[in-house]
Amino acid sequence: MKHKSLLLLPILGFSVLSGCSTMGVNAWEKDLLAKPEMALDEQPLTDALDDHIYFSKEASSGGRAYAGGGCGCN
Amino acid sequence: MKKNLLLKSALATATMTLIAGAANAEEEQNKTAPASKEQAIGDWKFDAAFLFYSESDSRVSAIEPVFNANKRLDEDEYLNLKLTVDSLTGASPSGAVGSDQPLTFTRPSGNASYTVNANEHPLDDTFKDTRVALATNWTFPVSETTKAGLGANISKEYDYLSASVNGNISYDFNNRNSTLFAGLSYAFDSIDPVGGAPIAFGRMQPVGDPQNKLSGSQDKDTLDLLLGITQVIDRESLFQFNYSYSMSDGYHNDPYKVLSVLDDQGNYFDDGIPVANVLFESRPDERTKHGLFGRYKRFIDGDILDASYRYMTDDWEIDSHTVDLKYRFTLDNGDYWQPHVRYYTQTQADFYQPYLRQDQALPQFASADYRLAEYDAITVGLEYGMKTAAGNQWRFSLEMYNQTPTEPEKYGALQQQTLLPDWNAVMFRVNYSF
Repeated sequence: MKHKSLLLLPILGFSVLSGCSTMGVNAWEKDLLAKPEMALDEQPLTDALDDHIYFSKEASSGGRAYAGGGCGCN
Repeated sequence: MKKNLLLKSALATATMTLIAGAANAEEEQNKTAPASKEQAIGDWKFDAAFLFYSESDSRVSAIEPVFNANKRLDEDEYLNLKLTVDSLTGASPSGAVGSDQPLTFTRPSGNASYTVNANEHPLDDTFKDTRVALATNWTFPVSETTKAGLGANISKEYDYLSASVNGNISYDFNNRNSTLFAGLSYAFDSIDPVGGAPIAFGRMQPVGDPQNKLSGSQDKDTLDLLLGITQVIDRESLFQFNYSYSMSDGYHNDPYKVLSVLDDQGNYFDDGIPVANVLFESRPDERTKHGLFGRYKRFIDGDILDASYRYMTDDWEIDSHTVDLKYRFTLDNGDYWQPHVRYYTQTQADFYQPYLRQDQALPQFASADYRLAEYDAITVGLEYGMKTAAGNQWRFSLEMYNQTPTEPEKYGALQQQTLLPDWNAVMFRVNYSF
């Protein structure tokens, strides 16, 4: 039942895509978004350290990046 | 049409020049706020991090240094190399329940035993391991609007080897306000526990008795798919939306986790073998996970809000929700304070069982691993970031993690024991980018 709701994903994806075409700014308005601290991968090492901790201590992993494997962590 | 584009690009160039000019002027005026270092073509950029992690009640503690080197090969082409060392020691819950009698367990190697005092939560204190991981990644342009990436990772610890390869492609459109991303990763994991991996539901044997152990290594294959879109909303904000799919096949057991076999009074069932009556766990050999992830990042008068939500569901019937909030308060000199809160909650795996009963038939699968139980967890942290006069960046962060499980149903003598105690961890991290 729960997995059926995942069938809604393509519909959601399409809505997001069509919504996207109406959003955005001109190239010369990207000064703030171009700041390094606004990048989505601003702190890759911190993200990787956090992902590794939570991968070791929680049943869910991934989402933001690959779920991966990589250790026999306890 | 083409003219229009030319005009737009000329305007963009002019604006960028103006902005750069203004930034230079501002820099001259305010020497205490150095700008980030630009990485020119051919330049290397380095990041180092050090994590200290320590759990309560003498459970696991770890130190983890990381070193990252990134070379800009061309306009949009980068090579990244990362080395991680992870050294851990301490104790971990074995899955066994406590008792009003002392309990003796054989160590996973089969060469020694340890005793847990009466009314204590059984921890296996054998853990001592060092993991070394190397990751490489190469990103390069395919066309003006398309980029690709290729990566490989290898991670080795005493009893575990993991190797993976990944590839991704991203496409910019809608005036570079939208980016579509697709990535695929394949990982191969192999575990070779000291003393052999136990047979599923094999009875723990006394020291020196190798029965119920398998010889050779146990393997697992994992395939991950990640599809995402990043969208600029307005001048100050953007969002990201990901769908992830992960399928793994092979050995999923934790060879160090056991389940207690209890009688109808809630005491360990005495079968005459002189070590506590526990069976090694048995998990399904497949797992499929789906995830939805959304993130919103906004620039607010120099401060930055970074909020994300993740929903995950899998065919082990574990559902989880994660909310993560960071807010960066930027100071006048460019340094910042960043409080962080993360909330996580998960349901238990359908085969999670805190113990087995002698008077009941064995299920097909069972594990008493606390990580497959139902619990909530909260992380609270604070980060301070500062730049040196040369433009290098220091970051210091202190975080607390607290896990609060739902105590399972108990009966008889078991009611005196805590099966899933709360626990917490402290994490201290230092990053330096230069």
